[in-house]
Amino acid sequence: MGLPNASGDLSTEVEVDAFRRLFPLRFFEKHLLESIRPDARPLGRARDTTIALGAVASANGSALAKIGSTTMLAAIKMEVMAPSMETPDEGCIAIDFHMPPICSPIVRPGRPAEAAPVVAKQLSDTILSSGMINLKELSLVSGKAAWMAYLDIYCLDADGALFDAALLAAVAAFSHLEIPVVSLNDDGKIVLSEEQGLSEREPVNKEKRKVNLGSIPFSLTCILHKNYILTDPTAEEESIMETSVTVVLDSSSQLVSLYKPGGAVLAYTSAIQDCIALTRQRVKELQKILEEAISGMEVD
Amino acid sequence: MEVDREDGRSQNQLRPLACSRNILHRAHGSASWSQGDTKVLAAVYGPKAGTKKNENPEKACIEVIWKPKTGQIGKLEKEYEMILKRTLQSICILTVNPNTTTSVIIQVVNDDGALLPSAINAACMALVDAGIPMRHLAVSICCCVPRSGLVILDPTKLEEQNMKAFAYLVFPNSVHSVLPEGSLSVQGEPIENGVITSVTHGVMSVDDYFFCLERGRAASTKLSDFLRRNLQHQSTDSSKAG
Repeated sequence: MGLPNASGDLSTEVEVDAFRRLFPLRFFEKHLLESIRPDARPLGRARDTTIALGAVASANGSALAKIGSTTMLAAIKMEVMAPSMETPDEGCIAIDFHMPPICSPIVRPGRPAEAAPVVAKQLSDTILSSGMINLKELSLVSGKAAWMAYLDIYCLDADGALFDAALLAAVAAFSHLEIPVVSLNDDGKIVLSEEQGLSEREPVNKEKRKVNLGSIPFSLTCILHKNYILTDPTAEEESIMETSVTVVLDSSSQLVSLYKPGGAVLAYTSAIQDCIALTRQRVKELQKILEEAISGMEVD
Repeated sequence: MEVDREDGRSQNQLRPLACSRNILHRAHGSASWSQGDTKVLAAVYGPKAGTKKNENPEKACIEVIWKPKTGQIGKLEKEYEMILKRTLQSICILTVNPNTTTSVIIQVVNDDGALLPSAINAACMALVDAGIPMRHLAVSICCCVPRSGLVILDPTKLEEQNMKAFAYLVFPNSVHSVLPEGSLSVQGEPIENGVITSVTHGVMSVDDYFFCLERGRAASTKLSDFLRRNLQHQSTDSSKAG
């Protein structure tokens, strides 16, 4: 009985949980002194990451990415549309990020989550500015028809590092994307060719082709707390220690984005350099995981 | 290497700054900030009683509403609101008035490049005008990396669109202290070198980013001096009845 005091001697299981709920910051700081986190990860290690390609069979490209418990499902549908006047030989990508109520107890039906439009905009900026997709590849007939790719990302479980998981899912979905075969019919319109060798119509593109990806962006979110840098935070860590830095690097080590939206802890040059170094390591890990997932699909 | 800018400025030159406070009479605090042709109006109402549903009642809460010049409110406005809210939360002392909400309303009057930095500067001045307790001021600057050449500061809209990449940076204001130099430094760097907020667009190399930080810090010293002069001048000038 009795309240846990500051120099807490936590002998029973119940008291640990109570301490965690009542004094979350002290609970975390006790762990940080030992350079470890409550889920037994060292400060610089990210959670286990998996990618499953082709999760949605009806979509042209899809992927399910999991970082720890955070789960994102990305799917791409392609539609033919008329390109805009200013860019007659470029296609278009529309990126949307949804947080349905299934993902977290704080998201209620009818009230969109605050984080959703922000992550959607960040994703959109990152993917379009990183040059991963060359929009000219999405063109079919210059000035008349081009591909519009609708990328939808659904958060199925929000447990911290939403942007990282969403970007990974988006990148994986693009690497799985196959552009369908289309041909020009008599009215001059583009239609989907249902089967191979279907009569007179000449297909505009001979076979289902994959999109050529330029340099792929990968990201890592870190939390700054006093002198510590914690990588890949869970939702609990994010809510207690609010200062986060998200670094996006592409495969040629160029900085695509360094996003630090305020926060009580100021980032000095050394902290920024450490975050960038941690992100470089993470980029190598993620590249390996993505390549394994792609080669796993090709074997099938 | 000199970069040719359309309005004849050098790389490190900012546009003419103008700031006036207490321009709206119903608001508890207000400020208008202009950098060249970019003009932003900020109004502060608060502290008002009560916090919103998911917010921590043990701290003061800051709510930001961003009104664009034209068009409907979309994802861009929501993102700016979130960045501004988190930046202002980090400079205000939230424990002084717990369980209250302070609303900051930003109205874009004209957008000619570096909009978010102007809004952050305007919001900060409006908070000073309203008398909200703060740790330090936030000084915000836009640095861009052109396709060839050195980093330039404070671009116009045309320049921004032609850049390879740009970064919006927010630093704390420079410190004039009676304490000996070095006693206020953290990890060997003075407080004003810390980055409060950084938002980048476009791809740049890591070295370019650090160069932007350096230039941004130098510019933030100049901006801090401007703020200091502006605040001192206006406070000795006006004879408010309170």
